[in-house]
Amino acid sequence: MTTVSDAPKATFRLSMLIYDTRYRSMTIQVVALFAFMLMAAWLINNTAQNLAALGKPIDFGFFTERAGYDINQRLIDYSSNSSHLRASVVGLLNTLLVAVLGCALATVVGVTIGVLRLSKNWLVARIMTVYVETFRNVPVLLWIVFFMAILIENLPPPNAFRGADPAASMLFGDSVALTNRGFYIPEPLFSRGLGDISIFGAFNVSLELLAVLAMLVGGFFAAGLIRKRADRIQEATGVRPTTWYLRLGVIVLPVVALLYALGFYLGYPALKGFNFQGGIYMRNSLIALWLALSFYTAAFIAEIVRSGILAISKGQTEAAAALGIRPNRIMSLVILPQALRVIIPPLISQYLNLTKNSSLAIAVGYMDITGTLGGITMNQTGRELECVLMLMLVYLVISLIISVVMNWYNNRVKLVER
Amino acid sequence: MKKSVFLGALTVASLVAGAAAAATLDDVKARGKLNCGTNTGLVGFAAPDANGEWFGFDVGVCRAVAAAVLGDPSAIEFVPTTGKTRFTALASGEIDVLARNTTWTFSRDVDLKFTFVGVNYYDGQGFMVPKALGVTSAKELDGATVCIQAGTTTELNLADFFRVNNISYEPVPIETNAEAQQQYLAGACDVYTTDASGLAATRATFEDPTAHVVLPEIISKEPLGPLVRHGDDDWADIVRWTLNALIAAEELGITSANVDELAANPTNNPEINRMLGTEGNLGEMLGLPADWAVKAIKAGGNYGELFEKYIGENTPIGLARGLNAQWTDGGLMYVPPFR
Repeated sequence: MTTVSDAPKATFRLSMLIYDTRYRSMTIQVVALFAFMLMAAWLINNTAQNLAALGKPIDFGFFTERAGYDINQRLIDYSSNSSHLRASVVGLLNTLLVAVLGCALATVVGVTIGVLRLSKNWLVARIMTVYVETFRNVPVLLWIVFFMAILIENLPPPNAFRGADPAASMLFGDSVALTNRGFYIPEPLFSRGLGDISIFGAFNVSLELLAVLAMLVGGFFAAGLIRKRADRIQEATGVRPTTWYLRLGVIVLPVVALLYALGFYLGYPALKGFNFQGGIYMRNSLIALWLALSFYTAAFIAEIVRSGILAISKGQTEAAAALGIRPNRIMSLVILPQALRVIIPPLISQYLNLTKNSSLAIAVGYMDITGTLGGITMNQTGRELECVLMLMLVYLVISLIISVVMNWYNNRVKLVER
Repeated sequence: MKKSVFLGALTVASLVAGAAAAATLDDVKARGKLNCGTNTGLVGFAAPDANGEWFGFDVGVCRAVAAAVLGDPSAIEFVPTTGKTRFTALASGEIDVLARNTTWTFSRDVDLKFTFVGVNYYDGQGFMVPKALGVTSAKELDGATVCIQAGTTTELNLADFFRVNNISYEPVPIETNAEAQQQYLAGACDVYTTDASGLAATRATFEDPTAHVVLPEIISKEPLGPLVRHGDDDWADIVRWTLNALIAAEELGITSANVDELAANPTNNPEINRMLGTEGNLGEMLGLPADWAVKAIKAGGNYGELFEKYIGENTPIGLARGLNAQWTDGGLMYVPPFR
């Protein structure tokens, strides 16, 4: 190898783009990028041309047109006179509802099953193993259809509750009715209500709900302050004051006082005409979808939780015990904070999976956004491309939001290296 | 990830759009098979038997087209479609013709870019309820739970009917007729609504059909017919005139039994001769063999024969001809002359 004393003059030859390692990677990347852009352009061009040839250029104008169809479960006002856009929003809210309910239940069931699977009780551990293997090895679509079939075939229709000697009766002192059209549960009502507030003139949000939520947030914040104060006292004196009744009080008392001030009472469902009227109506499509998605995803979450706990070496427990920490505090102070680091990242993808799987709602006629925008709207307007693109965009945005929130949480619990 | 999603979208999109505006007749001939979109299963109109062979009134139209174009009524690939998937299947080129109790409407014809080639069944939307409910009119259905196939005109009619009459209902959207049947029989919905012919067909499959009544109100006009994509008029002509040949055959007295004889020995009626290819060159004009109509009629019989065999009064479905009788018998079946 010879050393060149003079730095070579910038004599750039075209062949250097391939033979010179300094430029080669750049060349390949540029070529690949061009090829990719060409392909994308070709696809877009092909699509646009064919749609134009078909006489259906891309047009999102249908969103403002009258939808014309009814949706059974609507969290905001909607009628067949509303626009396709509003129908899509109704569907979106239904998607979010089942996703939130599903994630919550899946987490609770999953963590329980995951912990129980590590139980020293042979029977409990085996039963949990059977649960996990059954649920995660059968496609979720089948579970959804299965749950729906159970609800439809096994529960009594509303008219079985009718007559002097009905074949079926309501539960919990005539407050809950389980029918094959869904569950009717009592609803919260207010005799001195505050009315609704209109947001952007599009949505009505109940002020009572907002007030209760505000009280709850305030209560939890106050409880947090009390806990911090207890921490400070413990650090200063070594004695931790008992604060659980204080913390419970600041959360519960203001809410109870507010509910009393608003004249809170429960509205019970009652059989009137063809169906039960009053109360909250949870359609069996929602229940089947919710339970199936939750139990299916819970099987995966159980395994994640189990792996998270097993990842913490036994020495940690023993060391904590040697320091005289009580078993439940070992779990909450030593094991869980470390296990969460292992648990959270795969948990994010389970939440994303559950949300995306909720589009299988179509199988049981749950009107989520795939059912409204990607189903009936697409069918009535014939705008397949526009609807599918919007649908993909919506799921992408939902998934990214879940990711951002969960990543933020992950950053809070992850290992802090000093 | 964003990029790959976007690419995926475009791939799907271009697949959807890619098949437009090709000569369908050439495609069908090259393939040697007609792709026919049908119902997922509606007894009498389109349903597979125990051997997986498709039979029915709508299927009969497809068989006639396959016989006319390919000379073989069994050269068909049946693609079962739901109320929601049918239009995408047709627009994307997955099927060549859709014969699935589809209502001819303005927006489907004009905005969705399809060509309805005719009407093979004049229908209207009705309601079916269990007799035990004691309901005698659709206007008594305030608060009822109604099973309805998603993505159909019946869904829109239903919304309009209840809104105009100022009564409320709870829609239960379902995908297929079989699902509707399951929910309806289990009592998960009080009412099943679809085209009256579909109700009759569904009721015929019940264990005890007499326990259910179809209410007297017919709340809409539902002219059902086969349809093809916009933009290929030659193909639309073939399907249109095959259907017309079946209807005209009944009017002219040509049946699957006597069609061979009539084709072999030209008659005194020039219209029969032109249709059966013994006079003139109608087949050539369509780009088909001269005996296209003979084969179409032999495939399953003329319109009247198809009707009687699959949905007529002697079948469990038991539909009367009514509006679907020939115009000479006071019905609406009236085809332009073969000239």
